[in-house]
Amino acid sequence: MKSLKLIGLALGASLALSASAFAQDITIAVAGPMTGSESAFGRQMKNGAEQAVADFNAAGGVLGKKLKLEVGDDACDPKQARSIAEKLSGARIPFVAGHFCSSSSIPASEAYADGNTLQITPASTNPLFTERKLWNVARVCGRDDQQGLVAAEYIIKYFKGKNVAILNDKTTYGKGLADETKKALNKAGFQEKLFESYNKGDKDFNSIVSRLKRDNIDLVYVGGYHQEAGLILRQMRDQGLQTILMAGDALNDKEFATITGPAAEGTLFTFGPDPRNKPTAKAIVEKFKAKNIDPEGYTLYTYAAMQVWSQAAAKVGSTDPKKVMDAIKAGEWDTVLGKMAFDAKGDIKAIDYVVYKWDAKGNYTEVNPKGS
Amino acid sequence: MDYFAQQLINGLVLGSIYGLIAIGYTMVYGIVGMINFAHGDIFMIGGFIALISFLVLVSFGLTAIPLVLFVVLLVSMAITALYGWTVERIAYRPLRHSFRLAPMLSAIGMSFVLTNFSQVAQGARVKPVPPIITGGYTLHEGPAGFVVQLSNIQIIVVLATVVLLALFTWLVSSTRLGRDMRACEQDQTMAALLGVDVDRTISMTFVIGAALAAVAGMMYLLYYGLVDFFMGFVAGIKAFTAAVLGGIGSLPGAMLGGLAIGLIETFWSAYFSVEYKDVAAFSILIVVLIFLPTGLLGRPEVEKV
Repeated sequence: MKSLKLIGLALGASLALSASAFAQDITIAVAGPMTGSESAFGRQMKNGAEQAVADFNAAGGVLGKKLKLEVGDDACDPKQARSIAEKLSGARIPFVAGHFCSSSSIPASEAYADGNTLQITPASTNPLFTERKLWNVARVCGRDDQQGLVAAEYIIKYFKGKNVAILNDKTTYGKGLADETKKALNKAGFQEKLFESYNKGDKDFNSIVSRLKRDNIDLVYVGGYHQEAGLILRQMRDQGLQTILMAGDALNDKEFATITGPAAEGTLFTFGPDPRNKPTAKAIVEKFKAKNIDPEGYTLYTYAAMQVWSQAAAKVGSTDPKKVMDAIKAGEWDTVLGKMAFDAKGDIKAIDYVVYKWDAKGNYTEVNPKGS
Repeated sequence: MDYFAQQLINGLVLGSIYGLIAIGYTMVYGIVGMINFAHGDIFMIGGFIALISFLVLVSFGLTAIPLVLFVVLLVSMAITALYGWTVERIAYRPLRHSFRLAPMLSAIGMSFVLTNFSQVAQGARVKPVPPIITGGYTLHEGPAGFVVQLSNIQIIVVLATVVLLALFTWLVSSTRLGRDMRACEQDQTMAALLGVDVDRTISMTFVIGAALAAVAGMMYLLYYGLVDFFMGFVAGIKAFTAAVLGGIGSLPGAMLGGLAIGLIETFWSAYFSVEYKDVAAFSILIVVLIFLPTGLLGRPEVEKV
């Protein structure tokens, strides 16, 4: 009698499960660091994805079906990213917007490729992400080699004939960025005076700073994260060195100014033009503001990734990831970030980086094209 | 020459901080004969407490920086000492007569507990403070425009280290507590028979070690301007290396080892490659240990028969 009850329970449970499968929703996912030290960025991605799904559903869904959003947390840990990816593609989810860290997006993309899932990252800039000839990857942000190019252009324009040093922290992101900048500089016949690397997590840079001082360096380019860059800057000023520091998009964090204090003034970094100011984003930004959310950083990038997928799926008339990806690479899409087209690798065609400058009050502004 | 002088300053300051932490390792090893792997994390806790008490004092409207720093120093020494005492009481004392590896394993466990505790309680991000002690002196201006700069905070770090080292050498050599410590170091059973309170002496050793770590943590916060939950690991490893290099169990040895590691790292990055500075420091450690197995100032352990 007891076993009969159990069988009944099991039957009921399986019916309930299949019922949800018959409900004809399309489940898609957003994956990123929802916990851990980068969780602020994970929250931005989740906000963007949730708003996008709500907006699409309000407009009738995709292919006449409602969308459901699943959230994956990788904590920026490559192993966890891989297992999240296996779980999501195992659930036959056709599309994932994610991940954040390049070191997570790259291993996850292989699991998605095996599991027939399409992946668009709103934030991972390492070139390797789209360079491995995977069919299923694309990104709506720029690449580090483009970023290096923009930095190199600026250096050549304003620091011609001066001494430049390049440092990097040996991570996938930092080393990649420093190498690309060096390559772009050397190609234009500009030779850096010093190329060195340090360990991520180091706190004492006094020795390197004295070297910069000996070589009369006017500008130091740092391929690394804001914490080390902030310490290098602070120790330069302590040793009476007025060298300008320049870095990549990792300096796009207010914490940098808390580490350096007023010394941040004049520090340069490259980052995409603020998406919140784009005319195409105006209506969406209002919606976020009404909910009391500031759509900063990667929020709108995630929204754009969702838009690209939904428009492509509508055009193909199917969610089949391979067909949708072919359509994405062939077409041009209207997103909050403006019109977007992709090349055969899955990178956006337009170069989307500008130079920003920190001021003494802990804010940064775009350097105007004339260079002030 | 100017360049050399500047790098010498850099190395001495870095070495002083390593030395301050190393003293804690060496004292505990000298008396209990165990390596207190949680000491690096006690140092980290000291840094956090200094940061928190500094922010609290500033939010109360105290603005006289020397006074604030003095209070912060006392508060963080007191609270960190309490941590040191608690760690010994919970994790080491119950295992004192167990097999030799047990307290060491328990120390590694304690290290994880403290790291994760501060990660959960304080968050995983770095905690910066704006520069507190600024300014400095230009010692010499070279012909090529190279300036040898000595900042006030560097002077404070080195001074604090020298004063503390002198104080603790005196404490160990000329006070009642120091005599008890040396007695426990030689033979705990005999010391107990002659009326030394062994438990209390060992507790005091941990308390003093933790208070020193708190000073190091505060200097670190003032010098580098930030703390994070993970900083105890690397600093602990470096300081432990310094203690071994100098001869574990010897107070001046710990200081000497700290200075040696700091100077090797700095000069290696100054004249060779920054990338391999740790390799250089640890290679020298290996060479020293091959020729002087007890470290620079260590005494060989005499096996009593």
